[in-house]
Amino acid sequence: MPGGEVPLHLDLSGSAVGLEGVEGRSPWYLAYLRLRRNKVALAFGGLFIAIVLFCLAGPLWATHVAGTDPNTNHITDTIEIGGEETDVVAPNGTPLGPGLHAKYLLGADQNGRDVMVRLMYGGRTSIYIGVVAALVTTFFAVLVALLAGFYRGWTDSALSRFMDVIWAFPVLLLGIALGTALAVGGLKLGPIVIAGDSLWIPILIIGFVYVPYMARPLRGEILALREKEFIEAATAQGKGSWRIMFTELMPNITSTIIVFFTLNIANNMLLESALSFLGAGVQPPNASWGTMIADGYQTIYTAPHLTIVPGLMIVLTVLSLNVFGDGLRDALDPRAKIRLES
Amino acid sequence: MSNGDPLLEVSHLVKHFPIKSGILLEREVARVHAVDDVSLTLHEGETLGLVGESGCGKSTLCRAILQLIRPTAGSVKFQGEELVGRSRKELQPLRREMQMIFQDPFASLNPRKRVGQIVGDPLRLHGLASGDALKRRVQELLDRVGLSGEHYNRFPHEFSGGQRQRIGIARALALQPKLIIADEPVSALDVSIQAQIINLLEDLQDEFGLAYVFVAHDLGVVRHVSDRVAVMYLGKIVETSPGAGLYERPIHPYSTALLSAVPIPDPEENREREPLVLDGDVPSPVDPPSGCRFHTRCPWATDVCSELEPPLVNYGSGRLAACHHPLNLKRGALSKATISEESPAGAADALPSEPGKADLPVGA
Repeated sequence: MPGGEVPLHLDLSGSAVGLEGVEGRSPWYLAYLRLRRNKVALAFGGLFIAIVLFCLAGPLWATHVAGTDPNTNHITDTIEIGGEETDVVAPNGTPLGPGLHAKYLLGADQNGRDVMVRLMYGGRTSIYIGVVAALVTTFFAVLVALLAGFYRGWTDSALSRFMDVIWAFPVLLLGIALGTALAVGGLKLGPIVIAGDSLWIPILIIGFVYVPYMARPLRGEILALREKEFIEAATAQGKGSWRIMFTELMPNITSTIIVFFTLNIANNMLLESALSFLGAGVQPPNASWGTMIADGYQTIYTAPHLTIVPGLMIVLTVLSLNVFGDGLRDALDPRAKIRLES
Repeated sequence: MSNGDPLLEVSHLVKHFPIKSGILLEREVARVHAVDDVSLTLHEGETLGLVGESGCGKSTLCRAILQLIRPTAGSVKFQGEELVGRSRKELQPLRREMQMIFQDPFASLNPRKRVGQIVGDPLRLHGLASGDALKRRVQELLDRVGLSGEHYNRFPHEFSGGQRQRIGIARALALQPKLIIADEPVSALDVSIQAQIINLLEDLQDEFGLAYVFVAHDLGVVRHVSDRVAVMYLGKIVETSPGAGLYERPIHPYSTALLSAVPIPDPEENREREPLVLDGDVPSPVDPPSGCRFHTRCPWATDVCSELEPPLVNYGSGRLAACHHPLNLKRGALSKATISEESPAGAADALPSEPGKADLPVGA
C-alpha cells in the first residue's frame, strides 16, 4: 500500500510545550471571557448580589438598628424625631413616612411595623421563593426534556401533551387557582404533608407552572443534539441510555439551563409578588414584597412609601436578573464569538 | 483475502423507515426502503468498499450493521454471533470489537469534552484502564494517529477538520476492535488531508489487522483502499467485485455509469472517452421502481427489467452482479454463472439469457 508515516504534529499554540500539554480553553472559559467584556451585564449582576446581601443582612439590622422583628405591631408606639415625640401611626391611621432615623428608616406601615425590616425580611422570602422555585422548575424541566428528547416516540408524546395542558392555562390564572386551593387546605400527597401557610406552597406552585416554558425549548435542543454523530459514537462504544443522557447530552444544554435559570428567577419573583398581592401566595403575617404591596395599596395616597418601596425593589431585582441573564446568554451562545474576536 | 469463517456476515438485511401520519392514532402510510435485502461478507483484515449515490442507503446499512438502528429484518453475524435482536446490554461486550468512524468530524466529537475524555471514555466504560494508565494509553493513541500526547487537555473546537477526524480514529481504535466501519471518513475533508487520513487508516490496518467497511462516494478513494467493492443503488447491492475487476470491466450498467463519472487526470483521454451520463434523479426510495430498480435510468433496459427483479448472479472469481443484461462478460462466463446465495429473496430465479451489448443502444 502506498503512503507511510504521516508526519503531522501541529501545535496550535506554536510554542514548545511540556508533556502535560496546554490546558485547552474550555467553552466555559471562553464564555467567561465574553462575559467579562460585558460591563453592563456585570454591573447588573453585581446589583443583584448587592440586593441579596442587603436582604440577608435583615436579622442584623432588625436586632442592632431597628430593634424590632418584622411582624411585631407598634401601633401605639412613639419615637423621638428631632426631639419631638411622634406617633408611629397617627391617630387618623396614617403611618410614619421614611426619614433619617435609625428606627423606621423607611417609615412604618398601618400596623406600625418597620418597613425597612419588613423589606429585608420580605426580600429574603421573595428571593428564596424565586430561587428555590427556579430550582424546582429546572429539575423537572431538564428531566422532562431529557426523557422526551432522548426516547422520543410515545414517551415524548405523553410528556409533551402533559406540558401542553399546563401551558394551556394562563400562568397567573393557574397560579391563583392552585394558590387559593392549597392555601386553605395545605397539600397532602401520600406521606408528604405541607401546611397551607408554608412557603413550600408558593414555591411548588410557581415551580410547577413554569416547567413547560423551560422544558419545551430544552427538549428541542435535545432532539437536535440527539441526531449528532457523537451520540451514535457513544452508543457504538456501548454507553447506556442514562449515561448518554447525563454525560453526553446534559453538558451540551448546561449553558441554556443556566440562562433559563437566571431569567426564571426573575419571572418567579414577579409571579410570587402577583400571587401574594392577590392573597394566593405568601400568607400573612409573613412578609414578602408582594404581600407588602398588598398591605399598602389601600393607603397609596396617604402613605405611598408602602407600595413604592417594595415595588422598586421588585423592579430592581427583576431588572438586574434580566439584564444579567441576557448578558449570560450572549456570553454562552457560541454565535456571539464573532463579537468577542472583533 | 484470508480464509476461514468470515468476520462479518450480513445476510438479507432490511431496514425500512415507516412514514407515519395521523394526529392521535398514527398509522403507517408509506415506507422508505433505505436498505432492502442486502447481503455481504467481510473477512478479517479485509477492506470492503461501499459506493453509491447519496441517499442509496450506505449510511443506513452501516448503522444497521452496528445495531445503531434496529434492522427491520435479516441477520448480522459478527464472529459467528448474531447481533440482530440483541438488547443494548447483550450487545455491550461485542461493541468492543466493532467501532465506527464518522463522516462529519465537527458533529462526531462532543464539543463539551476534552480530547482525553473523548478518547478515554470507551476505555473507562469497558473497564480497560483507569487513572495514570488510562492517560498514558490515550496519549499513545493520540500519538499513533499523528496527534500528540499533549493534546490531551484540549477541546475539539481547538482542532482542524483533519485533526478532529484523527481524534475520531483514535477513539475508534481505543477498544482495539477487529472491525471498523468508516462512513465516508474523508468526504468532509480537504483533498490533501484526505490522503493523509487514508494512509493513516491503511497503516493502522496493517498494524492491527483491522477489517474495514469503507463507505465513500468517491470511486478513486475506494479503489485505493478496497480489496473488494460493493456498488449500491436504491437500497440494494447491484454489483460486488474485487477492486480491479470492477474498474476494468464493470458488469452492471450502473457501475459503468458511476465509473464514467470519475474524471481521468489526462485531459485528452478524458475528452476521448464516451461518458455514460444518466438521465434524471434517483427515484424515491419510498416507492422504488418495480423489477430492477435501475431500469428507469438504464439505457439498456428492456421489458423484463421492469417486470422481474434480477437475481444476484455469481460470475466466478468473486464477481457478483444483479442485471438482466450483464456487460463486459468473458466468453462463456454466462454458462458457468450461478445464482448467488446473497441474491435477494424477491428476485427472479432465472439467469440472464444473454450478455448485454457494451455499445450504447441507438438513441441513448
